[in-house]
Amino acid sequence: MTQLQRTPLRDFHAARGARLVDFAGWEMPVQYRSILEEHRAVRRAAGLFDVSHMGEFDVRGPGAAAFLNRLVTNDVARLFPGRVLYSPMCYPDGGVVDDLLVYQRAADDFFLCVNAGNLARDLEWIRTQAAGHDVTVTDRSAETALLALQGPRAVPILQGLTATSLAGIGYYHFAAGEVAGVPCVLSRTGYTGEDGFELYHAAGHAVCLAEALLAAGAPHGLELAGLGARDSLRLEAGYPLYGHELSPAISPLAAGLGWTVKLEKGCDFLGREALLAEKRGGSPRRVVYFRTGDRRILRPDSPVLNAAGTVVGQVLSGTLSPMLQEAIGSALVESTAAAAPLAVEVRGATVPLQLVRPPFVPLGRT
Amino acid sequence: MSSVPADLRYAKSHEWVRPEADGTVTIGITDYAQNSLGDITYVQSPKVRAVLAAGGVFGVVESVKAASDLYAPVAGTVVAVNPALDGAPETVNREPYGAGWMLRLKPADPGAVGALLDASAYGALLG
Repeated sequence: MTQLQRTPLRDFHAARGARLVDFAGWEMPVQYRSILEEHRAVRRAAGLFDVSHMGEFDVRGPGAAAFLNRLVTNDVARLFPGRVLYSPMCYPDGGVVDDLLVYQRAADDFFLCVNAGNLARDLEWIRTQAAGHDVTVTDRSAETALLALQGPRAVPILQGLTATSLAGIGYYHFAAGEVAGVPCVLSRTGYTGEDGFELYHAAGHAVCLAEALLAAGAPHGLELAGLGARDSLRLEAGYPLYGHELSPAISPLAAGLGWTVKLEKGCDFLGREALLAEKRGGSPRRVVYFRTGDRRILRPDSPVLNAAGTVVGQVLSGTLSPMLQEAIGSALVESTAAAAPLAVEVRGATVPLQLVRPPFVPLGRT
Repeated sequence: MSSVPADLRYAKSHEWVRPEADGTVTIGITDYAQNSLGDITYVQSPKVRAVLAAGGVFGVVESVKAASDLYAPVAGTVVAVNPALDGAPETVNREPYGAGWMLRLKPADPGAVGALLDASAYGALLG
């Protein structure tokens, strides 16, 4: 058992009553008070999340734009300085290495934000693929901290701490600035479905920034929120989580992320051939989202059954929606079965799935 | 530190038992149990008039994290279940020894409760 990694805010969380758990090798706050209450605080007012465990890589050089457009499925050529792009990064067979954000700072200057659990594998993959391209890939993860301020009150809270005009930063745009005197990248992105910002900054400033945000946010109803709420918020919003709705075995097309796969972007990219074939032939299995009208949570890996009781898939994610007060989730099912009635057994009872198109609740994101 | 009221009896499986004046016992889960489970999202209760064996499963408590069986600390017949938990299972988190009670039982052996852990023994179990 190796030592868990810690973000610069580990003691800050512990001092505020966090329940710290092992998440992808990191000692992270899963909750401070109550996952359900933290979730509702983000939908109602605002939540502050430490997501410093995520990885950041600089990708720089004259070949950076062309390299990245070959690396990921979405179209990097649509970026410009100050713009952010969400994209899967695929293996040649169309399975997903990771999903990530691509930031363009300048013509030859990009950075990526990747999942903590995939960080080492991503870095190796990206460096291998970079061979022959005129780019330098630098891992900035250790020195970079990341706080996510999310919810309808996020902008008023943040505007009180920065001279940067937040109204001038659109959804999936970013700018460099200062927040409470701390140099930050202010990125209007998030994983909750609410409006808000993600603030990249030097690890040494994390405690100072977190304290300033909490103090400024208190009158607005800001609460610290852990990874438990982060997961239920993203699922309510219908956002995939790597290892659940995306994996080496679930392509972006199967996951319902066809909008992130730009087959005609004008250059070849990793996975293009396989994804083109999958698009033409149809995905054999696909990710569906469901609600149940029942409070019993359907847990990952539970078999999904058709009307005849035959297993046609399995649950990928499942939780109780704190807003709907019923179980919601996602499942990977055989595409031929997806139009017919589906159910999951829970302790001997059959719970029918009502397939829905997420988001499960109205979202405040702009 | 978990709350362990002195006037209750306890099972090692983290249920509490309160003897009532009418000879029935009220049963719930302890503060330690609710805190370990985290946000409780569902409580599956037995039917009234169900006959439970000591140590038998009487229901399920589910949290965001996991589902756990509930065990009857003593044998008996269910005379009531807490109707409030259907719509508000989080009551168990807020008031595990009060409004979050789970069932009332008529014990098969009125002396059985005396054999359960007292507060100091249960407290010692939690360490």
